[in-house]
Amino acid sequence: MIKIEFLGPIGKASIQMEADTLADVSAKLKEDASLTQWLDKCAVALNDTMVNDLSIVLKDGDKVSILPPVCGG
Amino acid sequence: MELYQGSLDTKEIFGRWLDEQASSNYGAYIPFVGTIRAEDGIEALSFDIYEPVLQAWFDRWQEKAQALGAVVKMAHALGDVPVHSSSYISAVFSPKRRVALELIDTFVEDFKANAPIWKYDVINGERMYAENRSTPMDGSGLLA
Repeated sequence: MIKIEFLGPIGKASIQMEADTLADVSAKLKEDASLTQWLDKCAVALNDTMVNDLSIVLKDGDKVSILPPVCGG
Repeated sequence: MELYQGSLDTKEIFGRWLDEQASSNYGAYIPFVGTIRAEDGIEALSFDIYEPVLQAWFDRWQEKAQALGAVVKMAHALGDVPVHSSSYISAVFSPKRRVALELIDTFVEDFKANAPIWKYDVINGERMYAENRSTPMDGSGLLA
């Protein structure tokens, strides 16, 4: 199982899913209407490292974090 | 990197950083202070931080600074920070001023664009995401 956590203002509880790649995660999250407004502007971290490749292969216990637009300072 | 609940004690932190480097032979110390301005009826700003990714972001900057013979420092607030107090400070130490002046610019600008921190306006005790002032991080839209 892969854990998906939604950070900051997304305000959605973490979920778990079966997924082989980040492309699988994308396909499943796109089915969730509450995320429609977020996905196109969110960045992604895998086990706390920023990633930018949908073909990355996931393994059991991985954590995928969804990071919405930021404004520190 | 230092995180604090609520407003930063800027004088204590800057003073301590200065003391820590007192014998390091750096010729330049350039601090930056971010202060909450009273505007649009806000009483405070409030912040969420994702610390593991922030720490990794900061560590990469520390490596870049070290390659230039410099040191970067930063402190940020968590939770509510009232107007006219500080939520973010950073600083650069370097042997000569030019490196520090350029580094504080690129470091603070990249901080605004890529540090995983979320800002909320606090008005009448309500916390509202500052969406129109926020920037998608590098690589955003991967899952869209």
